Amino acid sequence: MSSILEVSGISVSFDGFRAINNLSFSIGPAELRAIIGPNGAGKSTFMDIVTGKTRPDEGTVTFGERSLNCLRMSEAQIARAGIGRKFQRPTVFEDQTVTENLTLALKASRNPLRVLGWRRKLIDAERIAALAAQVGLADQLARKSGELSHGQKQWLEIGMLLAQEPRVLLVDEPAAGMTLAEREQTTAMLVDMAKTRAVVVVEHDMEFIRRLNCKVTVLHEGSVLAEGSLDHVTMNPAVIDVYLGRG
Amino acid sequence: MKQGILARNPSVLIFLALLALFTLIVTFGSEAYGAGFVSTSFVKTLGKTLCLCLAALAMDLIWGYAGILSLGHMAFFALGGYLIGMWLMYARTEEIVVAALAQDALPATAEEIRQGIATQIFGVVGSSDLPLVWSFAYSLPIQLALVILVPGLLALIFGWLAFRARVTGVYLSILTQAMTLALALYLFQNDSGLRGNNGLSGLQNLPGLGDVGQDQLSVWFFWTSALALAGAYIVLSGVVGGKFGSVIRAIRDDEARVRFLGYSVESYKLFIFTLTAVICAIAGVLYYPQAGIINPAELAPIASIYLAVWVAIGGRGRLYGAVIGAAFVSLMSSLFTGGRVPAIDLGILRIDWVDWWQVLLGVVFVLVTLFAPKGIGGLFDLALHRRSPDRKGAPLGPEDGSLQEKEALE
Repeated sequence: MSSILEVSGISVSFDGFRAINNLSFSIGPAELRAIIGPNGAGKSTFMDIVTGKTRPDEGTVTFGERSLNCLRMSEAQIARAGIGRKFQRPTVFEDQTVTENLTLALKASRNPLRVLGWRRKLIDAERIAALAAQVGLADQLARKSGELSHGQKQWLEIGMLLAQEPRVLLVDEPAAGMTLAEREQTTAMLVDMAKTRAVVVVEHDMEFIRRLNCKVTVLHEGSVLAEGSLDHVTMNPAVIDVYLGRG
Repeated sequence: MKQGILARNPSVLIFLALLALFTLIVTFGSEAYGAGFVSTSFVKTLGKTLCLCLAALAMDLIWGYAGILSLGHMAFFALGGYLIGMWLMYARTEEIVVAALAQDALPATAEEIRQGIATQIFGVVGSSDLPLVWSFAYSLPIQLALVILVPGLLALIFGWLAFRARVTGVYLSILTQAMTLALALYLFQNDSGLRGNNGLSGLQNLPGLGDVGQDQLSVWFFWTSALALAGAYIVLSGVVGGKFGSVIRAIRDDEARVRFLGYSVESYKLFIFTLTAVICAIAGVLYYPQAGIINPAELAPIASIYLAVWVAIGGRGRLYGAVIGAAFVSLMSSLFTGGRVPAIDLGILRIDWVDWWQVLLGVVFVLVTLFAPKGIGGLFDLALHRRSPDRKGAPLGPEDGSLQEKEALE
């Protein structure tokens, strides 16, 4: 099976603590995957490595059909290649309007000189309006994003991710701080996005993962403990022991 | 969607109109072209102030918009002054030497003229050879090109090293300060080739224009400075008004997030650092012929700190704030240090403003930073009833009824 993101045998230590220990992971070009694991299992570090923020001590990360070596690329290059990331806390540019936030994320040249000469064309304005409508912010375009509510900021960030048109999407706890109705909307959107691209969701909330109805990877102490459907992994005695059994 | 820069930023039109009005008043008040109620030396002070405003615009771009507190931009300003000063001094000395040698029976050779110039300029530091850095001082076009190239290249190399190593915040400020200090200490040496602590002098005399009086020259420089300020204001409001401005403000607020959007943060910082360095150099080129003299003290870190103080008092993050701050503070400074403000006698303590001006400025700076972070520019927001919420940087918080992060963690 061809995969769009292939992580194999990565390890990384911080001051002698092995945050990631010989972890391998791969995901297909149109697949939804959930990653769960107790605190300190290495979920965030895994995302940091894939997006280029942290360099692993060993192992490889390759992306796309041409097997680009992500370990030799900067964060910005990885993002341009098509790996998008959504943080746990909504990180939008609070001092800028919703339109400006979406414009920043819109797929276009990132070269400083090209950006300097960039002028908004009709097609861009339409795309921004469509994105804003998709995430329910159509009537908030002119507002500063700092004035939006927590949930609206989450939506704006999801809109920015869509604007980037990534091929792999890493989403950290998308449901945090959302109302129940918003959670359902988020689930539907993630499932929909995974029809055309790879989506990796890191989440604590079992109920949310059950709704996603996808393959689950359980991390523990920096490596994969189990992989399979949610029912499959929840029956796994090792998983029950380290994670589920505690609750 | 099609809107010009002017329509999107009404402040540009207002600024240009005010600058034009100011230029007209000074012109018709000057001794050369008008009623003469503005003295030549005051025209020069005003012209120099316009150059400082130009440097403050650059500072606002790099600090107010991109969030990089550079404490070395006056080094580029002074470098521009040195580079134009070299040509001014060389060409002016050449005129004098040629005139002196014309008295001789035999016509002077090129080598003799060259030697004469070198002796004239470098006698003061005990040398009679023209240093290597003066190689192109004879040519105005080359020296003008160097005005852009030398500060631009220095900024490019320095910025590349600093930004690539991801030096940010206070460490970058210290690094830029070290750069300007190192440059100043180097120039203080007699064998640096730029006359050590004597610096370059006589820059107010333009070669070839010996019969034009200072009263006229001062107005010409004033016009040029006003034109440069207006041009820079238009260009920079275009830069900060578009998507580029959006990117650099985003870098200021959350650099890591901008990286994950695919922007190479380092390239943007390098671009803005180099651009502002060149603007400062151009401001220096116009400033020093009006000041008449330049020496290495102009590169002292305090000069760059003043630049930051002007921008902070005027209001950073808005272009007109930088101009207002630079104009206001530097004019107040020349008023207070000019000895014309009466001293205050407190019995045990006599507050003589020449000495106490810096204390006053320091106190004002602290007060502005603490209580009016938007500076003088914030007054316009008050007048326009534009209030921004004081959230101390925290987000507004979740909407009623939404699950809070703590609950969602379980």
